Amino acid sequence: MSIRLHEIGKHFGRTQALEPIDLDITEGELVGLLGPSGSGKTTLLRIIAGLETADNVAGARILFGERDVTHLHVRDRRIGFVFQHYALFRHMTVFDNVAFGLTVMPRKSRPSSGEIRSRVHRLLEMVKLEHMAHRYPAQLSGGQQQRVSLARALALRPDVLLLDEPFGALDAKVRQELRRWLRHLHDELNFTSLFVTHDQEEALELSDRVVVMSNGRIEQIDTPDELYRHPANRFVFEFLGDVNHLEGTVRNGVLTCGDARLAVDLADGPEELLLRPHELELAPSATQHAHLPVCVTAISPVGAEVRVELEADWLGEPWLATVSHADYERLHLTRGTRLYAAPRRWHRFPDERSKQAASTLEAVS
Amino acid sequence: MSSRSFAIGLGSTPKRVLPGFGLSLGISLTFVSLMLLLPMTGLFGQLAGLSLAEYWAIITNERVVASYVVTIGAAAVAAIVNAAFGLLLAWVLVRYTFPGKRLLDALMDLPFALPTAVAGITLATLYSSNGWMGQLLEPLGLQVAYTWVGIALAMSFTSIPFVVRTVQPVLEDMPNEMDEAALTLGASDFTGFRRVILPHLWPALVTGTGLAFVRSLGEFGAIIFIAGNMPYETEITALMIFVRLQEYDYAGASAIASVVLFVSLALLLAINIWQGRFIKRLHGGHG
Repeated sequence: MSIRLHEIGKHFGRTQALEPIDLDITEGELVGLLGPSGSGKTTLLRIIAGLETADNVAGARILFGERDVTHLHVRDRRIGFVFQHYALFRHMTVFDNVAFGLTVMPRKSRPSSGEIRSRVHRLLEMVKLEHMAHRYPAQLSGGQQQRVSLARALALRPDVLLLDEPFGALDAKVRQELRRWLRHLHDELNFTSLFVTHDQEEALELSDRVVVMSNGRIEQIDTPDELYRHPANRFVFEFLGDVNHLEGTVRNGVLTCGDARLAVDLADGPEELLLRPHELELAPSATQHAHLPVCVTAISPVGAEVRVELEADWLGEPWLATVSHADYERLHLTRGTRLYAAPRRWHRFPDERSKQAASTLEAVS
Repeated sequence: MSSRSFAIGLGSTPKRVLPGFGLSLGISLTFVSLMLLLPMTGLFGQLAGLSLAEYWAIITNERVVASYVVTIGAAAVAAIVNAAFGLLLAWVLVRYTFPGKRLLDALMDLPFALPTAVAGITLATLYSSNGWMGQLLEPLGLQVAYTWVGIALAMSFTSIPFVVRTVQPVLEDMPNEMDEAALTLGASDFTGFRRVILPHLWPALVTGTGLAFVRSLGEFGAIIFIAGNMPYETEITALMIFVRLQEYDYAGASAIASVVLFVSLALLLAINIWQGRFIKRLHGGHG
């Protein structure tokens, strides 16, 4: 079932938590709401669920398919909600937790107890916990508890599934596993789902589309690929990964900052360039176009790439560069090695407020 | 070599990292002995002068048995009333914010702070036939002072903090998400309360109510002024003990006191055991 929001805003007292927002989610989509804490993403999710009410303005609408749920109570919206801290009923067994939604249905529409039993067992099978049916939540690990909570949310076959930082309380490895598992489950059952996260990696890996939010505003809605390649503004660019800053003054096509120089095709004046760590190349000597002397201060050779921290007296904050293991060995990098950085490409977001298109330029080499 | 023999000398006790175990346990036991066990031993010492038949005769004396009925009946009513209103008070104090919340919270401890005799005299003047409340209630045919209703009222006054103060922290620990989860699953407000919130608060509520009940069994000062103390009707067990003491019948007083003591201890023990099993289940035991 599709979700359509129109003019949904929220004030808490006099502070505006959410600027009026329009958002369309098509049926069967898995959408991530991504933003730093305080960006309004959880508030938005809770408004869609009906756990929070939006500001009562004339145009405010929430539609599930053709159904207008704007003024519907949470219990009548037919949503499944997964909480960050699972919110399982601790005095009930896993079975009773999952069966809860079915057993509180009005007597007329409630399935028979046999039917409930078989449905709960099917759900527990789906989340691979059928052997845990008679345990209590406190006897399960965090990942298992979150799976129970997911089975509980799906028991009523909701129109939409809403997840509030579903993996936030779990450790990194379990988080990875559950993420992949949720993706499979979603592809299999094809429900429409919306999840909140502050983890950009999680949002990019899991979602069909990502909604990036900050300060109660939607900054950009796009596929993960588009988002990463063509960030709409500086906030999105900086939020989606590590960023190196280069500030200086351009004169006659050369940006200067202390004893660092970089050939750029820009008009004269102060400039700030942004560079991704993997867009930096390290070499023992300067090139014709880039003279950026740096010194290695830390090396972390874990993972597919080697992460190198660079410092220089012309740099305010240290830079981060990622190099391949082959390059790492070729360059004989150790702490204290002095060499030259050269950007393969750089980005700039000239003036935030003018909404001018951002430019990403291949560096001249 | 010497350290090894020293360890053996101590038995198999592993060496503790945190200091002061011996000292603190010793002080605790001494304190418990002096403050709790010694008076109780004194009580049983008094009983030693009685034969079993005499003991039985005292505790099954008709007037004393009538006082059991009055005390237990009134305490039960007070405990049930306190369970309901204590739960409501705790709920209001935890779940809502309103001006004067701090004051209301502090007010909860008033029955602990007030000398019970003061409370008793105040209640008696309020509810006697020419007191403020008594004047209003009497025309309605509701006599509070000098009836068991007055006894229950005084008991519930002195024991309400037990319920509020045991339920409050448990309610504070219970995340809002739990009842939100019940709502997203389609539960009505009442079903959510009955099947999610109440079971969660149940152990604390039962403990609080049990404590309130036991406290009411032994209450004296707050009750005797409002009770009227009519034999067979509004005499409480604590008064029966007091009367024996005034007559210098220490053995008789101790006999009746021992009954109150046994009932209270048995009740507290039962609550503790039951609650332990429930809590084990919530925290991951195999209960």
